[in-house]
Amino acid sequence: MEEKKNKSIKSLNELKNGEKGTIVSFNDKGNNELKRHLLGMGFVKGSEITFEKTAPLGDPIKLKLKGYSICIRKNEAENIKVQLVI
Amino acid sequence: MDDIRIGLAGNPNVGKTTLFNQLTGLHQHVGNWPGKTVEKAEGFLNFNKHRINIVDLPGNYALSAHSIEEVVSRDFIVDESSNLIINVIDANNLERNLYLTIQMMELGTNLIIVINMNKFAKKREYYININELTKLLGVPVVEIEASDGTGEEKLLELVEKAVNNPVDSSKKLVYGKELGEHLQDLQKFIEEDKSLLNVPSSWTAIKLLENDDIIIEKVKNSRFSAKIFKELEKLQKHLNDVFGESSEEIIANYRYAFIDGLIKETVQKPEIEKITLTDRIDNIVINRILGIPIFIAILWTIFQITFIVGTPIQNLINHGFRILGEYILIIFGKTWFSSLIVDGIIGGVGGVLTFLPIIFLMFLMISILEDSGYLARAAFVMDKIMHKLVGLHGKAFIPMILGFGCTVPGIMATRTMEHERDRLLTMLIIPFMSCSARLPVYAFFVAGFFTIYQGEIILSLYLIGIIVAIIVAFLLKKSLFKGMTSPFVMELPSYKLPSVKGVLMHTWEKGYAFIKRAGTIILAASVIIWILSSLPIGVEYGAQESITGQIGTFIAPIFAPLGFGNWQSAVSLIFGVVSKEIVVATYGTLFGVVESGSGITATLHGLFTPLSAYAFMVFVLLYVPCFASIATVKQETNSWKWPLMMVVITTLTAYTISFIIYQGGILLGFG
Repeated sequence: MEEKKNKSIKSLNELKNGEKGTIVSFNDKGNNELKRHLLGMGFVKGSEITFEKTAPLGDPIKLKLKGYSICIRKNEAENIKVQLVI
Repeated sequence: MDDIRIGLAGNPNVGKTTLFNQLTGLHQHVGNWPGKTVEKAEGFLNFNKHRINIVDLPGNYALSAHSIEEVVSRDFIVDESSNLIINVIDANNLERNLYLTIQMMELGTNLIIVINMNKFAKKREYYININELTKLLGVPVVEIEASDGTGEEKLLELVEKAVNNPVDSSKKLVYGKELGEHLQDLQKFIEEDKSLLNVPSSWTAIKLLENDDIIIEKVKNSRFSAKIFKELEKLQKHLNDVFGESSEEIIANYRYAFIDGLIKETVQKPEIEKITLTDRIDNIVINRILGIPIFIAILWTIFQITFIVGTPIQNLINHGFRILGEYILIIFGKTWFSSLIVDGIIGGVGGVLTFLPIIFLMFLMISILEDSGYLARAAFVMDKIMHKLVGLHGKAFIPMILGFGCTVPGIMATRTMEHERDRLLTMLIIPFMSCSARLPVYAFFVAGFFTIYQGEIILSLYLIGIIVAIIVAFLLKKSLFKGMTSPFVMELPSYKLPSVKGVLMHTWEKGYAFIKRAGTIILAASVIIWILSSLPIGVEYGAQESITGQIGTFIAPIFAPLGFGNWQSAVSLIFGVVSKEIVVATYGTLFGVVESGSGITATLHGLFTPLSAYAFMVFVLLYVPCFASIATVKQETNSWKWPLMMVVITTLTAYTISFIIYQGGILLGFG
């Protein structure tokens, strides 16, 4: 059971188009400013995020959370871990 | 009764500026916040014998010390003698919008909440219980449609009431027992120092837990700082043990938990979200395959419209000034006065004013793109290129492209960028985008010195400009802008039909600012150049004997290693600072021959080789942009530091690159 759960935890940038997840952790890797900004934009634990699409050149990515659309770069998304929602 | 002073606060793209325009109409003034590059719009209206002064605060998502815009808003709420803050909220996006509201409530701000775009929310089957929300928040909530003025009257009545009976909005805010109790422990220590009590102690406590740099500095100056920080440290450790998260995260979680509670009580949402028009448009506009072609098509359209509509008007203005000049010569004869008007003022200010149609049109289109919501999509599509090449935000792309038309609107368009350092860096490299005023210079020299590959040579100049911009941006990030990170994080707002009024007001404001500059800084600079070119008394305008000519002769040797160490080139470069297309006209005057006659070409061949002509064109491409651009940077940054920086950087760059090209060319045997 525990193992199954871990398998469905991914980095936000690894989601595929249309996949949803809830935030489980957010490692800021020292970039405090970015984290503070993202917290304010709604990237808090438990928030549900939908991965909508990738930009034509492969970066950044477009997400939907709390009813609005936001885009962030992949390297900004990789420190956010989400639990897949099926 | 006294004047009422209120601030308009809210997230970006919620219709805050639309409401501001709707309320104040033409009674507004746009400037900068003292000492900041952040735009400050102020206006007023009269209501029930009150004069209500309104300040449109920058659009913010939070009130941290995260960005200059946030600090500006926060300082206004904390320090300025405002009676009330109107918080504009997008009904479609209540959750995230309330995050800012909550932070203003933490400050106990006297608030009115304005729910905008509720019509659209209802279409999406979002139903907000306004009465319930008013009750739960403990502050007045009113529904409006900023675009058509619905609810305005009611809002103004509420403003009057709220100003007379201010409410401490922090009353209803609760962050749960656990955090609440700990905050109170910390507050006790803060309250011991009276000098910290110009803001609620609970707010200071929260900001300390959030590691807010500005508040930490402030508390450090307190007599009780040691005690406060000791308690803070204890608290942070305790919270970390209990929640396993940093205190910043915990605060954000509690805020959103409070909002979740509000939403559950007051908003009814459909089971399955309806697909909005914005989603449908985005499926096409930022599509993997179509995204870039659509972006290019839009850019192409901007330039087509600008030049197809703008150029004839530009020619007309030019023609008008020429006729005016001829009349003045007829009326006053060839006197110093007519020379001042014709050579100095019409040549300088008039030359710059001919760019007005282009500037207006570019601004009109940028306003439309911005207000419609497309500008954010353009940044999304182009961010990778900008980030990889110049280390800048995707939003820097459009201003840089506009620079190919005219540097002035390019620099002004950097206003769409949120972070100040991103903005400054972008401003500094925009002049390297070869503007349309430089084209006549290239055309003149290419026609005179190159019989084949003419198009390719002009193209190469544009490419050199782009490459140099990339290199200079790279070097600046390693030096002046060291440690600059530009996170991309950007909201993609819903598409909207731009309002005609909003777009026109925005365009007019920009265009008017330019006219004002033409009448002040540019006029002054033109007159100075004219005086220098006319003295000592009796010399031919701009001749070698004039002061300008003497300066040119004096500095000419500096340009010898670049291949154009003659005084005529030096003088034309001095005039070129007024405006680039004057460079060509200057040669006409200097050689005393009719413009574009074959005489000039022959004389030119005595001064230039094809290689040195090329080096000269590169210099014109890269060196100091015109007065208009310098003055624009001065106005946008509100200081002389950045325009001077721009002059130094562009001149050094131009010298270096021309030097490499000329000397390299000689080594390779092109001399």
